[in-house]
Amino acid sequence: MSAYDLFIAPFMDYGFMRRALVACLCLALGAAPIGTFLSMRRMSLMGDALSHAVLPGAAIGYLVAGSLSLTAMGIGGLVAGLSVALLAGVVSRMTVLQEDASFASFYLISLAVGVLIVSLRGSNIDLLHVLFGTILAIDNNALTLIGTITSLTLAALAVLYRPLVIDCFDPGFLRAVGGRGPLIHGLFMLMVVLNLVASFQALGTLMAVGLMMLPAAIAQLWARTLPAMLGISVATAFISGYAGLVASYHLELASGPTIIVSAAIIYVVSLLFAPSGLMSRYFRRPHLAN
Amino acid sequence: MSTPAIALDNLTVTYNRHPAVHHVSGALARGSLTAIAGPNGAGKSTLLRTIMGELKPAEGTIRRAVPSRNYGYLPQAADINRRFPVSVIDTVVTGAWKRAGAFGGIGLAEREKASEALVAVGLEGFETRPIGSLSSGQFQRTLFARLLLQNAAVIILDEPFTAIDSRTTQDLIDIVLRWHGEGRTVVAVLHDHEQVRSYFPQTLLIARELIGWGPTEEVMTTQNLKRARALAERWDENAPVCEVPA
Repeated sequence: MSAYDLFIAPFMDYGFMRRALVACLCLALGAAPIGTFLSMRRMSLMGDALSHAVLPGAAIGYLVAGSLSLTAMGIGGLVAGLSVALLAGVVSRMTVLQEDASFASFYLISLAVGVLIVSLRGSNIDLLHVLFGTILAIDNNALTLIGTITSLTLAALAVLYRPLVIDCFDPGFLRAVGGRGPLIHGLFMLMVVLNLVASFQALGTLMAVGLMMLPAAIAQLWARTLPAMLGISVATAFISGYAGLVASYHLELASGPTIIVSAAIIYVVSLLFAPSGLMSRYFRRPHLAN
Repeated sequence: MSTPAIALDNLTVTYNRHPAVHHVSGALARGSLTAIAGPNGAGKSTLLRTIMGELKPAEGTIRRAVPSRNYGYLPQAADINRRFPVSVIDTVVTGAWKRAGAFGGIGLAEREKASEALVAVGLEGFETRPIGSLSSGQFQRTLFARLLLQNAAVIILDEPFTAIDSRTTQDLIDIVLRWHGEGRTVVAVLHDHEQVRSYFPQTLLIARELIGWGPTEEVMTTQNLKRARALAERWDENAPVCEVPA
């Protein structure tokens, strides 16, 4: 088997592999930077909670469309995700519950309702599709949706970059100069939900955050400046997507989990060998004179 | 006399209905340099946060000559995420917010001003250092450089010299005096009575209610300080409703 057969042929021969690869590229460009900002805001697990919250909306979309229409499920997921994000925000402002506590409550409610709706009508196969994604079944409509979300995300990040960065490290300053921190936070949460919707089409609700948070964690292990982190997160997300697709094609594995496992392998290697990783603890380099 | 920079009229600020600032009236003249003194729990930070618009008065009003978003504000132990990967110069440049806003470009001129501000606070050569690698004194110098860049007419400092060594404190006090010389209105919460007496012509002594507000030597008397300590410690969970007429 030549290198061409191994690395390029799958994408030359099959349209579904090409579409899956483009979807991975889109997710890498959009979701990975969002994940980096999420973890910079110490909200890593919030993304996870939100991804579960998307489920009932996707399930209702699935019921209304009567089939696995990724567009209908995407729109449903968007509505559900935004509702949970808004409700959690409102509850944390109006009651003693912190934002993470109200998030946890709402996503559990949402997840349970979602699984109920799917099991009411669909077969277990459908439930598996919703939970674990169908990256090889992405059609042109779904790809358009994902591409649109990625374009919106990149444009929004470019426009909001400055207030978003300041809100991450010094929210008090943004408040003092009248920088509309809550508005920035709201727009950012909107981007998180949008990218989860894009991601869940490919990876399912359970692993939608995979290409968001793992590359973000990897990037933080290697880089010390924000632009470098964002670049590394995009690169590792795309490499994971590509490697996962190739491996799943040749080894006949489920593609969604293989993509996440690829990211996980990069993560573990980074944990060991990155400048601030575990190996540096055991192989100490001599300290500097000044 | 010109209109004051900030005027407080019968200001009361409460937490769970208990007053933290109680019936305080007075004015900060434009260009004045005022220390706010008082024991812990006297409502000093509460007063500043109310002036900044972060807390709403339960009673009374604040009149500001310019809106508080144009003030330079250094909160107590600023809740800044020091592990965030941002450089010293980028932190200082955020002080250009009033001119550049969220979207405006930050040109070479602002960058140069930021570099000059770093020189002024004694952090020349620290431009590209991440803020996480700074000592607390160096970080406080960075925040002062940002205040320099903000070029605000009113500057509000909440315990700016806490946990800072004496040399850094002296450098930063020199900057405060420079601001005063430039005609800016400066207010600082301070715990060191020596600093207050040496550098601040005006003092506001507070122990939830106003003890004294005026020339420092008239306010910082032994008798006033004793009274402030006694008042700040008074706390009654079941206090009756305050009947002082507005």
